[in-house]
Amino acid sequence: MEFFDALAQHHFLQTAVIAALLASIGCGVMGTYVVVKRIAFIAGGIAHSVLGGMGAAVYYGFDPLFGALLAAIFAALLIGWVRLQWKAQEDTLIGALWAIGMAVGILFIAKSPGYQADLMSYLFGNILLVPEQSLWFMAGLDALLLIVVGLYHRQFLAVVFDEEFARLRGVPVTLFYLLLLVLVAVTVVLLIQVVGLILVLALLTLPAAVAGHYVHSLGRMMLLATLIGSLLSLSGLALSYQPDLPSGPTIILLAGALYLASAVFVQLRRRQRARAFLNVSGEKPDG
Amino acid sequence: MTDPLIDIRDVSFSYGESAVLRHIQLEVHQGEFLGIVGPNAGGKSTLLKLILGLLEPQSGSIRVLGREPRQASRRLGYVPQYPSFPRDFPISVEEVVLLGRIGMHKQSGRFASLIPGHNTRADRRAVSQALIEVEAENLAHRQIGSLSGGQLQRVLLARALASEPQILILDEPTANIDQRLESDIFDLLKQFNERMTILVVSHDIGFVSTYVNRVACINGTLVCHHTDAIDGQVIQELYGENVRMVAHSH
Repeated sequence: MEFFDALAQHHFLQTAVIAALLASIGCGVMGTYVVVKRIAFIAGGIAHSVLGGMGAAVYYGFDPLFGALLAAIFAALLIGWVRLQWKAQEDTLIGALWAIGMAVGILFIAKSPGYQADLMSYLFGNILLVPEQSLWFMAGLDALLLIVVGLYHRQFLAVVFDEEFARLRGVPVTLFYLLLLVLVAVTVVLLIQVVGLILVLALLTLPAAVAGHYVHSLGRMMLLATLIGSLLSLSGLALSYQPDLPSGPTIILLAGALYLASAVFVQLRRRQRARAFLNVSGEKPDG
Repeated sequence: MTDPLIDIRDVSFSYGESAVLRHIQLEVHQGEFLGIVGPNAGGKSTLLKLILGLLEPQSGSIRVLGREPRQASRRLGYVPQYPSFPRDFPISVEEVVLLGRIGMHKQSGRFASLIPGHNTRADRRAVSQALIEVEAENLAHRQIGSLSGGQLQRVLLARALASEPQILILDEPTANIDQRLESDIFDLLKQFNERMTILVVSHDIGFVSTYVNRVACINGTLVCHHTDAIDGQVIQELYGENVRMVAHSH
């Protein structure tokens, strides 16, 4: 296939492949928490508020990724704090941050001459344009995620499973909940490189959701989601290369198709098993 | 007499502008099996949450094991009325019970709760012991989503036991399960009562009074009775209407 010939030749493609793999680690590990804790909407709010930070960084001449990281962590802490303080207003606040972040970002970018072209790549990502030094930044963020989750996996499990019981066992729930959201924010920034901030949500949730169809522990879900994420982003990259399609949306469509197919498959299998079970137990009286 | 394990003095609590508990006085002593009964919305669960330190009273004081409730909660075992987690969470019974071991061998110090910790062999032993005690050892590798209501209740009980609590606190442990299984659970509790103090909330005064040795009746305020003294008169005063009473011989 043409993609593999090109991969051997072109350095930017090799960089893209490494970026895809690095992003898949973050989306597998943190996506699992996002799916089981049902905080996809929070992750969406964080992702979109990032544009504000990127815009400001571009305007003031900093690295946009640095601005993205700061904005993501700020949004995560704000949403987390509001959720723990006044539960009722959480969704309104997320909606507000979502919109305000994007508005701030677009204003800043409009006032920064010469950067308009980059706006599309932040929104939709362009894995083929990931600069080589970003790989180190991504690898660093991955290492941070793995170390923190590795050290505190018990506490995170306690908090995502049953906050009330975790609090009774003396786990500092507020701290670990906020830390979890900060790590989700870090992952969002990782994934923005690959699929852009509009599509981050899909890569954060879909691989983990598919993994959740087949395995039933957090550790295994993380592993399988990382594998699925890698496969999806690499095959999306390969598929989009020859017809020169944007790679981000191609990856997301693949992920969406896989998720739908898997959901239908699991549903059908469950129905079939229920029928088989009834048939077996129905035969019992006859011997 | 020794100091009470739980000492509640003149506690009042309200959610917003509706008072739920008014001037509650209650002492619970070592080895008691206390039943807390009363009508719905009478404040039973609220009282438990105050004892556990999940809520704070607007007035009055609560001491549990001689400390603030929040500081004592690690030495209490709690079985909630409704599981506060989604039933489709990808977790096995064993892992759920293991969560009861968090915070067990904690050093003191301000940042003690930040020491990572991992599941040790002693934790796993305690977990299988707890599952045996509730007669659910064969469920260890099942997913929680596949359990029946009665099985889940046993697992939640095992999670509470795994932390080797001094006081076991249960909120309507049999509300969501078959009546036939209700006495199984209370028979277990009766056994545990030999080594720990137990508080159990129930709406079924007739049933619990065959097991517990004291009954606290809550309907905003609190009245305490020894189980011998419970008759139709008491129940009528509390609930304000005639309640069908099951006669039972001790």
